[in-house]
Amino acid sequence: MKYLKYLAVGVFFGIVLSKSEVVSWYRIYEMFQFDSFHMYGVIGSAIVIGIIFVQLIKRTNMKSLVGTEISFAPKTRSIARYLIGGIIFGLGWALTGACPGPMFVLVGQGVGVMLVVIASAMLGTFTYGMLKDKLPH
Amino acid sequence: MIEFISQPWPWYVGGPLIALVMFGLLYFGKTFGVSANLTTMCSMAGAGKVADFFNFDWSKRIWNLVFIFGALIGGFIAQQYLTIEPGVKLAESTIISLKQLGIDNPGAEYIPGSIFSWQTLFSLKGLIILVGGGFLVGFGTRYAGGCTSGHAISGISELQIPSVIAVIGFFIGGLTMTYLFLPVIMSL
Repeated sequence: MKYLKYLAVGVFFGIVLSKSEVVSWYRIYEMFQFDSFHMYGVIGSAIVIGIIFVQLIKRTNMKSLVGTEISFAPKTRSIARYLIGGIIFGLGWALTGACPGPMFVLVGQGVGVMLVVIASAMLGTFTYGMLKDKLPH
Repeated sequence: MIEFISQPWPWYVGGPLIALVMFGLLYFGKTFGVSANLTTMCSMAGAGKVADFFNFDWSKRIWNLVFIFGALIGGFIAQQYLTIEPGVKLAESTIISLKQLGIDNPGAEYIPGSIFSWQTLFSLKGLIILVGGGFLVGFGTRYAGGCTSGHAISGISELQIPSVIAVIGFFIGGLTMTYLFLPVIMSL
């Protein structure tokens, strides 16, 4: 039962990504072509509202549902890992037209071959895990 | 009501609702980051035996798997019950360049059926896009420590510089692929 709320938020997330067409390969292509404001609007407005939410949580010392502190872990400082990792991610994103969230949403939409994309993403993650200590971070 | 929400949602509806998802997870004491599930799934499959990176108690991350399974169900619901007309209204210039890439009827569905099919998977083009693309997403997201949800939305919302660097990387990679490599791959 304690997982039910995550399932509910997930269902909502899947519907939002579908209806706002974030899961569309075409929308990602269009974004990288700078032909439409749509994806910039989605990501941009999510960030603006997100900043407001985070500030609200911090300034009111809002507690979580179970009464614990809502904390934000600062990400470790580096340029190489974020830039190189980000570029590799971007190369893949423009191919699949789907970042990890939409991959799962598209399986639900009946795009069965997306399971192969997810399995390949797992393989990529596994490969990173194997090479981690040899890569610049 | 159902008819109203069955229309495509504009960006100013979709974006804020994604922020609401992030807020919901924070309020439940968690964080918004989808790609962590890929690591969890590797760990569950036994990757911890060969790489320490996957050696952790994945039971603490089940909530995130439940969340992303919910997203899968959400995709099903949206497609089955909340869509009147399938398809995406793309910019005219995008349609022209997609036709040049050899895609018929751009925007008739959410995704180009000519790429995302089992038949295409067993061609060089399909292997590169589906398997190669998936691999790059999985490798890159873990190297960068997050994907669109963890960096672009959560990280920048928290005003974290590393996430800004990661998103700049996302675009350098994405633009390079779109303009340099994709036309070549599509012609295979």
